[in-house]
Amino acid sequence: MRAEGLTVALFATCINDVMFPGTPKAVVTVLERLGCRVEFPLEQTCCGQMFTNTGYFDAAVPDVRNYVKAFSGYDYIVGPSGSCVGAVRHQHPMLAAHAGDEALAAEVDKVVARTYDFTELLVDVLGVTDVGAYFPHRVTYHPTCHSVRVAKVGDRPYQLLSKVKGIDLVPLPDADQCCGFGGTFSVKNPDVSVAMGADKAHHVLETGAEYLVTGDNACLMHIGGLMHRQRAGVRTIHLAELLAHTEGGAR
Amino acid sequence: MTTEHVRRTPAPPEGTYLGMPKFATNAKVQLGDNQLRKNLRNATGTIRAKRVARVAEVPEWEELRLAGEAIKNRTLRHLDAYLVQLEESLTRAGAKVHWARDAAEANAIVVSLVKAKGVDEVVKVKSMATQEIELNEALEEAGIAAWETDLAELIVQLGHDRPSHILVPAIHRNRSEVREIFLREMKLYGTPAPDNLTDDPTVLAAAARTHLREKFLRAKVAVSGANFAVAETGTLVVVESEGNGRMCLTLPETLISVVGIEKVVPTLADLEVFMRLLPRSSTGERMNPYTSMWTGATPGDGPQDVHVVLIDNGRTRVLADPEGRPALRCIPCSACLNICPVYERVGGHAYGSVYPGPIGAVLTPQLRGTSSEIDKSLPFASTLCGACFEVCPVRIPIPDMLVHLRHQVADKKRHHPGVEQTAIAAAGWVLADRSHFELAQRAAALAGRLLPGRSHLGPLPWPASPWTDARDLPVPPSESFRAWWQRTRGETA
Amino acid sequence: MNARDEILNRVRSALADVVQPDPTLDVAVGWTYGRATAMPDVLERFVEMTLDYKALVRRVPATEVPDAVADLLVAAGVGSAVLPAGLDATWRAAIVAAGIAVHEDEPQLSRRELNAIDAVVTASAVSIAETGTIVLDHAPDQGRRALTLVPDTHLVVVRADQVVSDVPEAVGRLAAVVAEGNPLTWISGPSATSDIELTRVEGVHGPRTLLVVLAD
Repeated sequence: MRAEGLTVALFATCINDVMFPGTPKAVVTVLERLGCRVEFPLEQTCCGQMFTNTGYFDAAVPDVRNYVKAFSGYDYIVGPSGSCVGAVRHQHPMLAAHAGDEALAAEVDKVVARTYDFTELLVDVLGVTDVGAYFPHRVTYHPTCHSVRVAKVGDRPYQLLSKVKGIDLVPLPDADQCCGFGGTFSVKNPDVSVAMGADKAHHVLETGAEYLVTGDNACLMHIGGLMHRQRAGVRTIHLAELLAHTEGGAR
Repeated sequence: MTTEHVRRTPAPPEGTYLGMPKFATNAKVQLGDNQLRKNLRNATGTIRAKRVARVAEVPEWEELRLAGEAIKNRTLRHLDAYLVQLEESLTRAGAKVHWARDAAEANAIVVSLVKAKGVDEVVKVKSMATQEIELNEALEEAGIAAWETDLAELIVQLGHDRPSHILVPAIHRNRSEVREIFLREMKLYGTPAPDNLTDDPTVLAAAARTHLREKFLRAKVAVSGANFAVAETGTLVVVESEGNGRMCLTLPETLISVVGIEKVVPTLADLEVFMRLLPRSSTGERMNPYTSMWTGATPGDGPQDVHVVLIDNGRTRVLADPEGRPALRCIPCSACLNICPVYERVGGHAYGSVYPGPIGAVLTPQLRGTSSEIDKSLPFASTLCGACFEVCPVRIPIPDMLVHLRHQVADKKRHHPGVEQTAIAAAGWVLADRSHFELAQRAAALAGRLLPGRSHLGPLPWPASPWTDARDLPVPPSESFRAWWQRTRGETA
Repeated sequence: MNARDEILNRVRSALADVVQPDPTLDVAVGWTYGRATAMPDVLERFVEMTLDYKALVRRVPATEVPDAVADLLVAAGVGSAVLPAGLDATWRAAIVAAGIAVHEDEPQLSRRELNAIDAVVTASAVSIAETGTIVLDHAPDQGRRALTLVPDTHLVVVRADQVVSDVPEAVGRLAAVVAEGNPLTWISGPSATSDIELTRVEGVHGPRTLLVVLAD
């Protein structure tokens, strides 16, 4: 697949849009560097996962409609979040069925099939693992649960990271264990959430990494929030932002 | 009451499961127990590694999981026919079949069978069904002592405790705690522990052997559950390790097996699938040390008075919900408990049920309903990380089922809106439409501008406190991505 | 309504969504039953896996079974043994010749009598190489279940032609005897527990010593 001229619709995700705009900006940087044309459909809001996973299916249905409205005209939709992309793929069909709307369900099926996690778009659609990134730091990667078990991105993030120039990628002990964020779990069960996050942070510190990288900013906000409180000195960075760094510093 | 009841067996802890507070409250208590967390981390870490190694030896593992799922689905979707067939097979083989709608009915049946034998004690092999119906206490109230014979169950019973794990009910106890319990309690209920008892697991196991041998040699009635009940032949299967199961199933004159109606499998051949899935998923062994299979009463061998009590106790309610039905596929192996990061931190007691961990979080609210505080909090006792589904030998989609149950709980609250409903409604409004979302973004950006120079917020009052008590919260940037895009790229169609 | 009918009614109304009355047509099971598991040498695998459970295994030509049985019992310090009625006469003779006190189960010994006997010697029905499992079907050369349970040492003789690759073949071979009503006991090593800190300990209630003679 030639990236040149490929039009990609960016699904920024609501949390990135408001809290972490650097991540969708980095997606734009990397994709444009590779020759893609990036569009940002302004109708998009949220995947609705927060509502779905808290049990409020009715509140999530408008988000499904928005998603279809925003993205149905595109062949390639990319989101920098294994969790939100996973929710679109795995939960939107269920929510359309819940709404009893067959037309919506048919639209959802089409849009879902064209929705990619950022790492999938790079590796599978564009056929690229070396995106020309340069990041001369000691880094450890936490494979977030939804990126692995729902979006099923597999080892694509590692393929991408291993091609970054200057990187010192160190394995994270117990990487496959959940960080304890869990959406509303983080506030409904704060003590367990923090206990899990503290163990994850401990493992991050064990690696001696300067940066913790993941493909999901929500998990990063949780682990990073704990490390920031502890003045741990480890910085957090989304995978897309890491990949946007090039030699010479310009992003 | 004119006479005070003198207990025959160690009293369990005060209180009931249903009276327990919500999961988060229980979890906080358990999290404060450093010894417990250490015990759990060691135990679950050990068993996870064993499971991974044993599963890796089977190249067709995924094919086996699919077969296990399909066989159980076939059985559950035609459960009436298979139950009738099981009853015929058992009756033909000389067993007497009883049916119990609920716990009280099941307990009454067992009590009357034991009383009919004129004895005042039974030996028991570990069984989830009898724990679920709280048979031991029903027997105790009838003046009958029920002796648990599985080592972990013995530790729990002598410790005046509750099980905290499906497979290893005393997983929360370490060796020195076990030693103390044996030294203190064994002498009160039979053969004492030797004075020089050490905390070496080999020595502790030997003490259990000596303590229980006398009970095995004199018992006239045994109570068991069953891992599988084969409809085609009437064969019951008990999978175990220590030989206490064989003792119970073989030595007494009367055997009463309490079996959930979901335990039926169609044919003997189906066991080739489950006998490969279960041991590797459960104890991480190629095969468990002992499996007993018996078909009614065998002349000249073992109990001649054989009873099977088939219990519903909420199972038909689970069956009636096609989305909840997969929970009945469970072949209690406990792989989901062992892999669960939440279970690992809090242990089984926080779940307020004999079925803890991820499977408990989906099964208990279905069996008991969601009216109590604990039951309605269980579907939320998970980060939805998905590890449980990956290890489940019968592919129960626990994360999806948790979400389904959360919906049921949220739906019930619709008529009593509280803080959560109000927040959800507000967030729902914000995210339902681009124009609402952009309005809210401007408010967030304003908040960011009000905190110049700060990247994070520290501890805040409620409702932010559950997050900020231990975690800093990033301050929203002054410009959202959307605003940046519109400023730099102009509006895209 | 009695409990039986009420439960069956509840089940039927719970399954209102199931329309296909034939279970095999309703749910396909994509599994071929009774297949062998490929392995280089079934007998070697059986020995390897059985040793892994800390059972003692001795592999001998068929003609040497009586001597092997007697030797292993003597080496284990066994002074008395109960023998099922159908046990091979040459094994029995070798055990007697080794000076071990032999007990018959005719009439049936009480539990306490069995508890006072050191060992039991039996044949077996089927063995499973991949899992190191020995299955007893309690035919006359194995005796009733209590015999192989209460004494603390169990010596079991496995014939080479009784060893199959894996569980599916074993279940296939055992189907006929289960249909006749025989109980089965599957034994994989000596009795064991992992109930304390998940540390495996060999030897709880069942025989703490398992001696296996594999007869080629």
